[in-house]
Amino acid sequence: MEIPYTISTRPDTGLWNAKVGIWLFLASEVMLFGGLFSAYIFLRLDAPPGIWPHGLLNVPVGTMNTAILILSSVTVVLAWASLKMRRYRAYWWYMLATISCGVIFLVVKLAYEWPQKFDHFGAYIKPEALGKYEQYLGNEYAAAKGLPPRLEITGHLHNRAALNDPKIKEYEVALDPLNAEPTNPAMDRPHFFPLPVTDKIATIEKEDVERATMFLPTHSAYFASYFTITGLHGMHVLGGVLVFIYMWLPVSKKLYQRNPEHLANRVEVSGLFWHFVDLIWIFVFPLFYLL
Amino acid sequence: MNNPPDISQDPKEYEEYAHGIQKHVRGYLMVGALLLTFTAVTVALSYVDFGTRKANIGIAMLVATLKAGAVAAVFMHLAAEKRLIYRILIFTGFFVLGLFWLIFLAWYDYPVFH
Repeated sequence: MEIPYTISTRPDTGLWNAKVGIWLFLASEVMLFGGLFSAYIFLRLDAPPGIWPHGLLNVPVGTMNTAILILSSVTVVLAWASLKMRRYRAYWWYMLATISCGVIFLVVKLAYEWPQKFDHFGAYIKPEALGKYEQYLGNEYAAAKGLPPRLEITGHLHNRAALNDPKIKEYEVALDPLNAEPTNPAMDRPHFFPLPVTDKIATIEKEDVERATMFLPTHSAYFASYFTITGLHGMHVLGGVLVFIYMWLPVSKKLYQRNPEHLANRVEVSGLFWHFVDLIWIFVFPLFYLL
Repeated sequence: MNNPPDISQDPKEYEEYAHGIQKHVRGYLMVGALLLTFTAVTVALSYVDFGTRKANIGIAMLVATLKAGAVAAVFMHLAAEKRLIYRILIFTGFFVLGLFWLIFLAWYDYPVFH
């Protein structure tokens, strides 16, 4: 049995069915991401001063990934336009470019950005012990300049065993530049190019620490929402890439030879999904990387 | 920008049709360049102090909404789409705004957060 209205339009809606289907799906996606974004807003508005981290993500890498997704949105629409003009070779190349952009985005996220976070450490100091670590926090300086209070010491954890071994009583941390020079005005705001971890080592006693983890979802509401939203977004990128690979393989050329408009319609609906994934990232990027 | 017309089966008309699509392609490239420029603008603005963090967030979200609008209108062809699609999206907009409104209501539950 042939599925009706895959190419021609239905008289009552004026649309072919898959297009209605993808828009209904995207409507549900808006609600899915809307729920997560509203949770993000709630958590962020409720965070007391100094709790919501800033400048922990790599802005140049995030900007590059944003540009890659925008580029892929352009190439997928060009792939579709090529099919409309019956230029299969151009379609094939544009599709390959789109797939490559999607793969690069995922590799940057999963093989570089996330592991870098998993390797970073942060210890929130108990309020009563903040004075003891003033040399790393510079709260008097921050208060004088009207900056939010600094409650956390971050860097590379030298003795990782300390995380799980109750016999080890302190954390040895190679400090991030802010904690190494907390009263340096250059550290007041995050830098565009992230500064490397310094050689300065701090010893933080466990009894002074409220909570200490690597930069995992358990670290804070910030990283919990960051990993949830970018993780779900990454799964959408992966889904899009897999669909595009199918449409790029020789099996789709057969469909093209049978009915080019059918393949063009398939590319259009998957392209709509891909643009939506790009659209979500347009909001994710400033919210998590810049603000 | 209107959507490209359906392809003609008449070879004589095809040239005109392909030319029409080419015009759309130029539009897609321009929007792509605009989106890349606005990404750079978003990053640059985040390093400008607009007084309060709320002001910085507001401005960044405004730029993001403009970018998202361009993607939706041109790449997703919403600038000229059939009425049924708009109807679906009106419902979606209504419910997603309702969702964000719940956050606004919850804000008043806990005076400690103010």
